Amino acid sequence: MIGRGVIGICSLLLMGALSWAALSLPAKPPGLAKASLDRLGESGVAHPVTAVLLNYRGYDTLLEVGVLLLALAGAWSLGRGEQPAENPQSRPLLLSLLRVLLPMLLLAAGHLLWIGAFAPGGAFQGGALLGGALVLLILGGLARRALKRERCLRAGLALGVLVFAGIAAVTMALTGGLLQYPPGAGGALILVIETAAMVSIGLALGLLYLGGQPPEGARRSLLATPPDHA
Amino acid sequence: MPDADYRLYLMASAAIFTIGFYSMLTQAHLLRRIMAFNVMGCGVFLLFITLAARAPGPVPDPVPHAMVLTGIVVSVCATGLALALAGRVQTVTGKTELEPGEDAGGRSGAAHHGSSA
Repeated sequence: MIGRGVIGICSLLLMGALSWAALSLPAKPPGLAKASLDRLGESGVAHPVTAVLLNYRGYDTLLEVGVLLLALAGAWSLGRGEQPAENPQSRPLLLSLLRVLLPMLLLAAGHLLWIGAFAPGGAFQGGALLGGALVLLILGGLARRALKRERCLRAGLALGVLVFAGIAAVTMALTGGLLQYPPGAGGALILVIETAAMVSIGLALGLLYLGGQPPEGARRSLLATPPDHA
Repeated sequence: MPDADYRLYLMASAAIFTIGFYSMLTQAHLLRRIMAFNVMGCGVFLLFITLAARAPGPVPDPVPHAMVLTGIVVSVCATGLALALAGRVQTVTGKTELEPGEDAGGRSGAAHHGSSA
């Protein structure tokens, strides 16, 4: 067992090395700002970050949606999660807060998705809000019935990857390049991808909160009871 | 003048990363380790954002921004999975820490278990 002092000294050395490395980077890097702004007109959106995420480097985002699905599959493979809030009626404050918050969260998510084309926003920001809304629903005990429809949940979770990969395959057949959109179609395709991705991201982030598969499905599961769950 | 600011941010990102690194190695509680891992990630994000701001041009470089956005989502996923695993460890063993030796490699951990069983 290494003492804390040794780890502390090593950490200080690491901090020095990292600072030196960061400070010795060129002060005026060429960067990709000019290249990405020059071709912005062709990308189909007017915001450079969205253009990078879903056009120039769309494969990053495709893989990222896959990582999200993989993380959820990993969490689900650990067994069933717990249902919080035994009796939602005992939390009147949460319920009345939800009545105000939920519509606003949904509205804000849609707004963020739409303005992502020309301002900061997009599928991930919107999806994070949807995920938050889902966590609030679960906490309030209002998502019980929805959580039992596991097939719908799975379809919603896979939607982002499926739509994204489908569009990637079709555009690849049309243009010959991975995620290289046909001229003029970029904006519409990006909106379709982002909408599907937002639903999946929101579901995945919200369901990760359970820390496992949703508790006990409607179809009586035959093998689902974990033997060590005393 | 702004150059000094960038130097401050660059050193701050190194410091934040190191704080996370130190906690990751010294804290035993799994929740604290997961948080330390997130602190390390924040240091990396700050570095990227600083480099994006430093790039010449009328607006910050969008490519590091997009990478940070991707990185945030990946770190949230990893955190979610890590929390699920930590919860599972607590359900199975009743502890919130890994046993010493258990994370030092498969064989020694297995031997340790064999002797204790």
